[in-house]
Parts: sequence; C-alpha cells; structure tokens
Amino acid sequence: MTDYRTLLSFGPEGWGDDIAAGVLVTVALALATLPFGLAIGFLVALAKQSGEKTLRLAGNIYTTVFRGLPELLTLFLVFYGAQIGIQQFVRLFDAKATVEINSFVAGMVALGAVFSAYASEVFQSAFRAIPNGQYEGGYAIGLSKLQTMRLVILPQLIRIALPGLGNLWLILLKDTALVSVIGLADILRQTGIAARVTREAFLFFGLACLIYLALAILSSIAFGAIERWSGKGGVQR
Amino acid sequence: MTAENLTTVPHVDRPPPLPARWTQARILGTTLLCLWAAAGLGLIYFLVRSWNPDLLHRYAPNYLSGLWVTIQLVVISIIIGALLSIPIACGRMSKNRIWSGLAYGYVYFFRGTPLLAQTFLVYYGLGSFRHQLDAIGLWTFFRDAWYCALFAFSLNTAAYQAEILRGAIESVGKGQWEAAKALGLSRIQALRKIILPQALIVALRPYGNEIILMIKGSAIVAIITVYDLMGETRRAYSRTFDFQTYIWAAIIYLAIVEALRNIVDWIERRITRHLQR
Repeated sequence: MTDYRTLLSFGPEGWGDDIAAGVLVTVALALATLPFGLAIGFLVALAKQSGEKTLRLAGNIYTTVFRGLPELLTLFLVFYGAQIGIQQFVRLFDAKATVEINSFVAGMVALGAVFSAYASEVFQSAFRAIPNGQYEGGYAIGLSKLQTMRLVILPQLIRIALPGLGNLWLILLKDTALVSVIGLADILRQTGIAARVTREAFLFFGLACLIYLALAILSSIAFGAIERWSGKGGVQR
Repeated sequence: MTAENLTTVPHVDRPPPLPARWTQARILGTTLLCLWAAAGLGLIYFLVRSWNPDLLHRYAPNYLSGLWVTIQLVVISIIIGALLSIPIACGRMSKNRIWSGLAYGYVYFFRGTPLLAQTFLVYYGLGSFRHQLDAIGLWTFFRDAWYCALFAFSLNTAAYQAEILRGAIESVGKGQWEAAKALGLSRIQALRKIILPQALIVALRPYGNEIILMIKGSAIVAIITVYDLMGETRRAYSRTFDFQTYIWAAIIYLAIVEALRNIVDWIERRITRHLQR
C-alpha cells in the first residue's frame, strides 16, 4: 500500500512540485493566449460587421476555418506545418539547418486562433445588441470614428460580451490540456508522467481533473467579480 | 393614381448610385481576400504537386475506415448521452436538494474538466482497479480503448445535453404548464404535447453545436490508440512524413462540420416557419 501523502508531497520523493510546475505552465499558456485571442477576435468581429462586403467575407472565412477544425488537428497543423515551412525557408540560406518549434508557442498560436474565431462570434453578437443611436450620438457630439469606438461603444460592448467571453475562457483553459500531446509540461503531462512512474494512474489523473475543476471554480469567481464591477454605474440590460 | 399613369411616368429623379470607391475598408478587405485566395491556391498547388497515387491507394481505405470509426463513436455516444441526460436534467430541475445537488455536481465535473483528462482517467485510471473490475466481469470492457473512449464521451456529452435540455424546458413559460393543467392534462402529457415541442425548437441549435463539438472532440481518441480519422492520419504521417496527410484530414473534418452546420440551419428555418413574418 503506497502512502499517498509521500506521493503528493513537494519533496524529492513526491510529485507535488512537478505538478505545481505543470499548473503554472497551464495557467501561463492560457493567460498568454488570452490577449492575442481577444485582440484578433475583436478585429475579426469588426471586419464581420463592417459595411464592406470583401471584409465581411474575409472575416467569415477565418471563423469558418478555425471553428470547423478540431482543436487537436489545428495544433498539429501549426506544430508540424510551421516546423516544415520554416525549415524549408531557412534551408534556402543554410542547407543543414534544423528548426524546432517551441510547443508553448505552437500551443499559443493554435489555441489563440481557435479562441479568436469563437470570440469574434461573441463580439459580433454584442455589436448587434448596441443600437445605432449610440454611434450617431457619438458622431453628433463631434467624436471621431475611433473615439466613438473607444469611449462610447467599447465600454458597453465589453459589458455585453463578458458572459460569453467567460465561457470561452473556461473552454480555453480546458483546451490547454491538448498541448500536453506535443510535449508541453502542463498539468496533464506531469500527472501522466507521475502516473506512469508510480502506477497510481487513477490517483494522479483524478488529481489532474480536480486541479482543472479548481481552476474553473476560481475563474468563475473572478468572472463573477468582474461582471459585478463592470455592471456598476451602467444601465442593466 | 391609376396603373396607366404609373407606367407612363417618363422619368423619376433618383439619386445616382454611389460610385464604388476604393475606400480604406475596401482596400483592406480586398487585400485580405487576396491573402485567403493565395493561401487556398497555395494549398491546392501543394496538394497537386505532392499528388501521389500510390499514397492515395494505400491510405484512402484507412481514412475511410477511420472516418467510419469517428462517426460510430460520435453517433453512439450522442445517443447514450441523450438517454443519460434525461434523468440528469430531471435531477437538475428537481426540488429535492439531494437529487439536484448530485446532478449539479455531475454536470459541473464533466463540464469543468478537459475531455482529454476524463478520457485518461477512464482509460489509464480505471486500470488501477483491475482486480475489482475483474471480479465483477467489467475488465474486458475497460481494457479496450474503444469502449473506454465511448464510456468517457457518453458521460461527457450527457452532462452537456442535460444542460441543453434543462435550459430548453425552462425557457418555456410557466403559463404553458398552467394552461395544460387547466385543460386537465397530466404532467407527462403536458410535457410531451405542450412543453417538449416548444422546447425542442430552442434546443435544436445547441444540440447541433454539441454534435459538432463531439465530432471535433472525438479527434482526441487518437491519443489513446483508437484509430479514428485522426488516428489514421497520425499513423499515415508517422509512416510517410508527408504533410498532406494532415491537410486531407483537415479538409474532411471541415467538410463534415460545415455540412452539419448547414443542415441544422435548414432544419431550424423549417421548424420555425410559423414564427417568421
């Protein structure tokens, strides 16, 4: 009978420190993906609701592609595809060069693309919820297009989009588990190694599930706080 | 004014159509479209250049069998999940604290953890209980990756479907229940004849999304050595190191998901005809 307390301790005997490092990697990956995903998602949403037909089409192609591909496949396409592509490019200059893509960066690009595709949908429906009068009011008091967007539309937009974005954040947090497949030492990979070495698979994979659950609960608490904060001083919709 | 007058009106002053000018937005949009077109053409060029009948002959049957495995996995787990979701949704809506707490915990667990971690928990984790499972004769079931995947996926989709079902039923107004009661319908009759037909309209789109999510999510079974479409792709790539194996998989997945999305759109348009004006 193995002693679970030693297995989970933080010492050299236990796996606690390795798994804690994995938690940090998972959270770092999700946090690093978030700003890119939000920014690109916002730009794609802007394109999709613009009056220009070509822009709308370009935005729609983006969402169709990245919403339709399985996340795992997107990850492999980025990981292997970018590796081959960059390698061929570098070989033009140096025939013997080999390129290794960092799995963290590959994960960031792939998850960011998927996240932004879904985020653009959330932003787009938030844009639809803002009446035209808000733009007209902004122009009427002499704000430029950019100022109207920044000072009038964006504060309302964020408030409307927050619940949807909260869901997407939870999905992103769960999707980071996929990056363990291309070798990033996140929660699932570290617990997997621990499970293989100690032969206590149920304990460690159960622990991984509980850690993800704890992260989800923490995120919901944080999002609840943000929503209350952003709801202050505005009209309740 | 008579119709004659209308047709003989010689000339109506209309503002001339706006000239299609090259605004900034149009330039940007056209540039982006050109980029997409270049990417698409590059992809076609890549596929044509690396066209290899030998490869196709060897791996096309594998892809087809992989696709069949994916479809089987998704269809069976969606059906099992739908059956399981009914008691869970009832539990979520029940007034009994224990039932609703249990159902809430189930849904929270399966929606809050990654499907990959759940699959690992079933496939590798249940191996820790080999002797106990052997004793009740379930070990042959959980030894097989395919059944483990099916088990994990069914439990996972049951949690999502339960939430869809609950949301849809609760979206139907309370007055509908009361009216049904006033007509003397029993609870079951009211649910079947009044509530569900209205709830399913609301639930159609989330159900469609859930099926799409399952198709995309099913790619992860390749990691636990089930040879679905993704598994066959990985096998083909590891043997040939030819990147077009992944491109073909991407095209197939994209085609399936887009087809499903359009089918759901079409069904929704049809069943909401009475709501359109």
